[in-house]
Order: sequence, then C-alpha cells, then structure tokens
Amino acid sequence: MAQINLKGLRKSFGSVEVIHGIDLEIRKGEFMVFVGPSGCGKSTLLRLIAGLEEISAGDLEFDEKRVNNDVPAKRGIAMVFQSYALYPHMSVYDNMAFGMKLAKSNPGEIKERVHNAAKMLQIDHLMDRKPKQLSGGQRQRVAIGRAIVRDPRVFLFDEPLSNLDAALRVATRLEIAKLHQNMKDVTMIYVTHDQVEAMTLADRICVLRDGLVEQVGTPDELYEKPASVFVAGFIGSPKMNLLQGAFSHDFDCTTVGIRPEHIEIQTDGAAKWRGKVVHTENLGSDSFIFVDIGHTEPVIVRQIGSHRIPVGTEIGISPIDQHIHRFDENDQIIG
Amino acid sequence: MTSYPKHSGGQSLATQRRKAAFWFLAPMLAALFFVAAWPLLRTIYFSFTDTTLTNLYGGEWIGFKNYFSYRQLSSGRVIWKGTLVDPAWWNAVWNTVRFSVISVAIETVLGIIVALILHRNFVGRGWVRAAILIPWAIPTIVSARMWGWMLNDQFGIINDILLKLHLIETKIAWTANIETAMTAVLIVDVWKTTPFMALLCLAGLQMVPKDIYEAARVDGVHPIKVFFRITLPLIRPALMVAIIFRTLDALRIFDLIYVLTPNSKATKTMSVIARENLIDFDKFAYGAAQSTILFAIIAVFVSAYIWLGKVDLAGEGDR
Amino acid sequence: MKYYVQETCFYLLVLIIVIASVFPFYYAIITSFKAGTALFEVDYLPTSFNLANYAEVFASPNFIRSIFNSVFIASATVGFAMFLAITASYALARVRFQGRGLLLMTILAVSMFPQIAVLAGLFELVRFLGIFNKPWAMILSYTIFTLPFTVWVLTTFMRDLPMEIEEAAIVDGATPWQIITKVFLPLLWPALVTTGLLAFIGAWNEFLFALTFTASDTQRTVPVAIALLSGSSEFETPWGMLMAASVIVTVPLIILVLIFQKKIVAGLTAGGVKG
Repeated sequence: MAQINLKGLRKSFGSVEVIHGIDLEIRKGEFMVFVGPSGCGKSTLLRLIAGLEEISAGDLEFDEKRVNNDVPAKRGIAMVFQSYALYPHMSVYDNMAFGMKLAKSNPGEIKERVHNAAKMLQIDHLMDRKPKQLSGGQRQRVAIGRAIVRDPRVFLFDEPLSNLDAALRVATRLEIAKLHQNMKDVTMIYVTHDQVEAMTLADRICVLRDGLVEQVGTPDELYEKPASVFVAGFIGSPKMNLLQGAFSHDFDCTTVGIRPEHIEIQTDGAAKWRGKVVHTENLGSDSFIFVDIGHTEPVIVRQIGSHRIPVGTEIGISPIDQHIHRFDENDQIIG
Repeated sequence: MTSYPKHSGGQSLATQRRKAAFWFLAPMLAALFFVAAWPLLRTIYFSFTDTTLTNLYGGEWIGFKNYFSYRQLSSGRVIWKGTLVDPAWWNAVWNTVRFSVISVAIETVLGIIVALILHRNFVGRGWVRAAILIPWAIPTIVSARMWGWMLNDQFGIINDILLKLHLIETKIAWTANIETAMTAVLIVDVWKTTPFMALLCLAGLQMVPKDIYEAARVDGVHPIKVFFRITLPLIRPALMVAIIFRTLDALRIFDLIYVLTPNSKATKTMSVIARENLIDFDKFAYGAAQSTILFAIIAVFVSAYIWLGKVDLAGEGDR
Repeated sequence: MKYYVQETCFYLLVLIIVIASVFPFYYAIITSFKAGTALFEVDYLPTSFNLANYAEVFASPNFIRSIFNSVFIASATVGFAMFLAITASYALARVRFQGRGLLLMTILAVSMFPQIAVLAGLFELVRFLGIFNKPWAMILSYTIFTLPFTVWVLTTFMRDLPMEIEEAAIVDGATPWQIITKVFLPLLWPALVTTGLLAFIGAWNEFLFALTFTASDTQRTVPVAIALLSGSSEFETPWGMLMAASVIVTVPLIILVLIFQKKIVAGLTAGGVKG
C-alpha cells in the first residue's frame, strides 16, 4: 500500500560508513528484492527501512511522508526474520496475536485476523503448540503469519529461507510468491544473497555492492542487460563467461561477457575459439561443458539435453553475436 | 548527486531506547550511590578527622594525623604516630598479604587438579561434583565453627588422626598457637574456596574444543606436555579472572579469622584490625584511616589490572 | 597392568576429594547427635543418636528469632536487588549508549569493594536513618554486594538472548518495558531463580555488617548468632549445640544448592563472579 522513497540514505557505524548514499524508489505493491554478496549492506538497508537502525543521513519516505524518526511499529511494517524469531514461551496463537494485543485491539478482531492468517498458511491446526514443537517450515509459516496479522503496508523479509533445507526452500519460495499474489497492494522488500530467489520472486531487483546500488531492474533486464561486470557475474547460474585481454580486444572492449547458453559448438573450421574440454557437468536437461581456450578460467558452454564429450577432446566454439555484452575499463556496459 | 541535510530531533527507536535505558539505570545507580559511594566518601572523610564512635558529628579536621604525624619533644626525640608507623597495622598488612598469596596459590593449583579430574568422564561424576559444592554452600561462619571443633586441641579429630598416623607427638592447639593459627585459617579457607576455583576452571576446560586433545593424542604428545602446552594456555583467560576475584576476596577476609582465631596476632588481617579500631576500641577515625588504606590498596590492584588490559573482565571484547 | 594402576590412582584421588569435601559436615552431624561426655570422645562413625542438642537449639527463642531475621533480611535484600537489577541489566545488556563499558566496570568494581571501606560511612548512615539494630540496617547495607552481583549476572544472561527476538517484539510495537516484562522475563526465569538464589546465599552468609549493625540478641542474624554462641570460658563452648545449630542452618542451603547444582554452576561462571 505504500510507495517507499530512499533519498541519499546513509548509515555509519561509528566512523565506518556502510551505506554510502542510496537513492531508490520502491513502487506500491511491488516485490522488490535486495540482492548482493555478504557485506554489501543489503540487510542494513532493510533494517533502516524497518526502523531497527537509525538513519545517519538522507531521507526515508513512506507515501511521501518522511518516516526517518518513526519507531518501527508506527511505520506499518511487518518483518520476517532469518531465524524466525518466534517468542519461544508463547503458543503459535499468542505469537501471532502479540502485536495486536500490544496495540490493544478489540479481542474479537484479533481472533478473526489470527485465524484468517492461520487458515491462509494452513497452520490453523497448530495454534496451541509452542515454537519448539514445530518443524522449521512450520516455524517459518508462523513467522509469516505473525507478519500478515499485523496487516502491514510494507512486508520485509530478511533472508527468510536461508535456514531451510533445499526442498523446503523451493516450497516456501512458492508460498511467498503466492502470498504476493494474494496481497497485491502490499509492498514487499526481500533481502537475499541467493540470485535464484531474487530472479524467481522479484518484480524488480536491486543489486547492491559495497553499500551502493549497482543496478535496479526487472529480473529480465538484469539478465539481459547487466549494467556492469559485477551484475553480469552475479546474476545467472552458471556464471556468465567474462573474458579479458586478447579475447576482449577482438570485441573492442576491456571485458566481454557471454552467457553459457549463448555459445555454440562449431565443428567446422570457422569457430572463433578452439580449446580442449576440461570437464563436463551433465544435469540431464542441460549439460555444461568447460572448455580451456587459454583464458585464466575455462569457458562454460551450455548445451540443451545430455551431452557427453570426453575430457581432452578439442572443440571449436563461437559466441552468438547479438548476445555479447561489452564492458569498458570501468567495468560499465558499453552502448 | 544531491546532498541531503543531516536531520535532528524526533523520537527514533534509538532515542526511545536510550531514554528508557536512562530511567532503567537511574534507580540502580541511585541505590549504589546511597550504599556504596556515599559511605565510602564518608569513611575517607572520617579518616581525616578525630571523630569518635559516640560522637559521630563532633569530629574535627586533623589532616593526615591518623595516617602519619610526628612531634619533636623538647629533648630532641622525635615521636612518630599514625597508622603508617603502627607495627600492629604492618603486622596486619603482612598477615593479609601472606594469607592472600598462599591461599590463592594453593586454591588455584588444587582447583585445576580437581577440575581436570572432573573434566574426565567417569561413573558418578555428577555425585562428585555435587559433593565438592558442599563446602561452598556452607556459610563461612559455620565452617569456621565446624573446623574450630575439628581443630580443637583437646577433643579435635584432626589431632586424633595425626596422632594415630604418628605424624605428631603431642596434641597441637591449632587455633590458639601463634605458629599454627595461620595454617588453621589457610586449611579452612582452602577447603571452602577450592570448589569455586575448580568450577571456574572446569568451565574454562569445557570450552576447549575436544578435537584439540584428540589431535594431541594422535600426535602422541605426553599428557603432562599437553597440559602445559595446550590446556593451560587455553584456560588462562578464565583462570586469570578467577584468580583476580579470589585475590580481591582474600584481601578483604574478615569473618573466618574473626571466628576461628579471635584475637590471634598471627592472623589479624587489615579488615579485622580496622573493624577492631572502628567499633571495639573506640578509635573510629583511626579505623577509618585503616579502611581507607585497604580500599586504596585494592583500588590500585584493580586499576593496575584494568589498565594493563590483561583481562577483559567485562566480557565486552567480543561484543 | 599400567592401566589398572593408573585407574586405581585416579579413583583414589576422586575418593580423597569427596572425603575432604564431605567429611567436616559429616563430622558436624555426628557430633550434633552426641550429648554429655560422649561429645568428647573422637568417633569416626556415628555412635549415638541423641536429639538433646537439637531440642536445646529449638528451645532457644533467640536462635529461632535469628533464623526468622535472616530469612526476612535475605529475602527483602534479594527482592529489592532483583527489582532494580532487572531493568538495569536490560539497559546494560541490550541498549547501545555512550559509557556503557565504563558503567559495567564501575558496577563490577563496587562488587569487589572491601566491605570494611564503607563500614564507617554506613555506620553513620544507619545511625542517621535510625535503623541501627533493626533488620533494615542489614537490608540497606547488603545492597552494596547483592545489587552489583545481580546486575552483573543478569546482564550476562540478557546479553545471550537472541537479538532477533527483541527486534520482532520492537516491530510488534513493544516498548522497552513490555519487552522486559512480556518477552525477556518469561525466557529468563531460570536465570532469575539462579541469580536470586546466589544473592540469597550471599545475604544469608554475610557477617561483618550484621555483626556491626546489631546489638541485641533478638536482632541477630544466623551467622552472628552462631559466631557469638559461646560459654563463659573456652572450655565451656557448647560444641554439641553449636554443631546442631550449624547443621540446621546448613542443611536447607545444601539441599537448595544440590537441587540447583547445574544452574548455580552456570550462574557462578557467568562472567566469573564470586559466589
């Protein structure tokens, strides 16, 4: 329900500045993902928006109203923490009702809202249990339920999936995507270091690096038009091939990037590069072929379906011209 | 890029919390001021006056006379007065230091040994740990009395045991005898306090990862070498904290000595002599001066440790 | 062979430790059951079961009175200290502010005070407030060691509570006071019991202040009553009665300590404080 504006937001801990001035507009009802390597400041930025950390400089606006000095509860936010942060001594019901009870809401309304949220998340049969009697996935649902009950304008997620195992992670990811569908007008901000989560959940992604915004855009934009070498390397799995030196000079740039699926194996003599296969990873649906063409790292080539090429085989490969990304000496995109 | 002004005012979360913290701390600090800082200041003040127990407000400022003063008689003889030239005081200082050094040293060594034993897994370990807590749980006065009975010269069981083992020829008046009074005090203090040392050492030992020992065993390092090269350095921080606390405790010892060896010149410590002057001998101001000196000694000891930065007493380092 | 020798030595050492720890108390118990001349014979095993000493202790109104005095003083001291310490330790453990480290060090320093250093000043204060020879004198003066101790131990316990739980409560709209009462206290009650118990034992055992600030036999605390229990000469010390009284005041403590054994060890080692 809220549009969030970050204007020149800065955060210092003592004399160390960790957020160096961030300008960002998050639209109403948008699912925004902050992604970046650890230490990039994404969690700090989320905590600034939540009000858990004090803003050192700049303005934070919710619906054009400055909220810098509002306490978290006044901002109309709800937050899902990495460790779930359920109150261990309270039942599931009390965990979810705690915020409303503190706000002295009408008991009937509390009951209704808690039960609706529980039903939505299919945890209504667990209401009397204590957190330690729940599985990891159930705890995560309760944490999300607690946030829903608050009926927030802004929903904040701080790496909510990182404590779950791989299978549960996929299921919960789906759950969060559905939640976003059902709560169309609630703005959601989600922090993760996992680019797969970012790509699958986000309306828009904000890539952060060393306390600065590197690029903001839809998942497709980031994938297809990365603005810098950093984004190019961060988004996509396996990583985009980034070649320097003689390899990039051919393309008149400092670094040239080609995604694995944009390289073709050529059997005729017209291949751009030749090299020996050093390793293949066969996933069944795709295969990744690692080719040593004399660059510091082998080039990864994606082939659809199952391909087995013996190690040591010499093959020729060529990039597809229209999918080449060229970067200048400052690692920024050319053109 | 546009620059945005720094803001001020408002009730942000951090401000709200700092305000709450102030009101949460204020009553505690007020109480501590009332029962600790103020009485301490008054004690120091009294030490510079000639106040007496019966007339607390009739004292006059006499400067350093309680500590140290001299007067030259007409005969040319100089008379020194004050605590700092009082042999009874220096005897008490010597007793306190002797007691502290010996008791803490013995307790540390025994504490480590007991901790090493308890660190091993064996049948009935829980019971042994419970047993060593008993001396700690018994009030000092009660242990002083219990040991006073056991050390009794005529009917005491300690003399009986020693006679039966032919370690002594005649019964010893442990607590009354000048030569043995300090030994008696040390025995009781070591008995009562070693459990505390052992538990702290044990906690330190349990924080040492097990695989370090396993690695040492695989490498075939001799157990004694393992102890001095691996265990001791690793538990050193915990041990240092325990030793400091024990030393501070030993320096102010009062109750055990007061009850076990009353009026024995050989065990009278700074606290005992100061209280004697304060309350029993009606040399209130003189006792206050002695209390002040003891406080100064302990303050210097503590500050030295903190300033040398050897110990992270507050545990703030890792936060 | 070497193995068996080692094992035997090890268990022998364990045995020595246990005997050394338990024997004095055991000996006090068997002495307390002896009366008359039997008292003056050294026995290693219980020989008689005579309750005369206990009867004598319970017949002494002043001793019973001193037990009540001690219970009242120790409870009131601990209650007062806990009340102030819970909020203070929250502030010290969870709120970032300037001078926090210094404040913690000061509190620690107060707990290491030599009590004799404040005796003269406290004596004046007690006289001034007109509470000399009243339980309040002890309740006031014991605060000097129970309060820093409880603040210190509770601060270490509070620091260990997870940050995110507190932040969840903040997002839910809880004020610092609500965080303490509705979230932290329910989580900390085992720590509170331990801390309270340790502070109680400290107050129960205190001697110097109780000796100085009481004058009449009806106002004594247990340690002072036991310390001053003596006959007209050294040879008339009522050892049997003394041992019975010692056993009476020690048994409840030992039971408590054994029940809370694990928690007490945790409390003692929290920051390495004295017990």
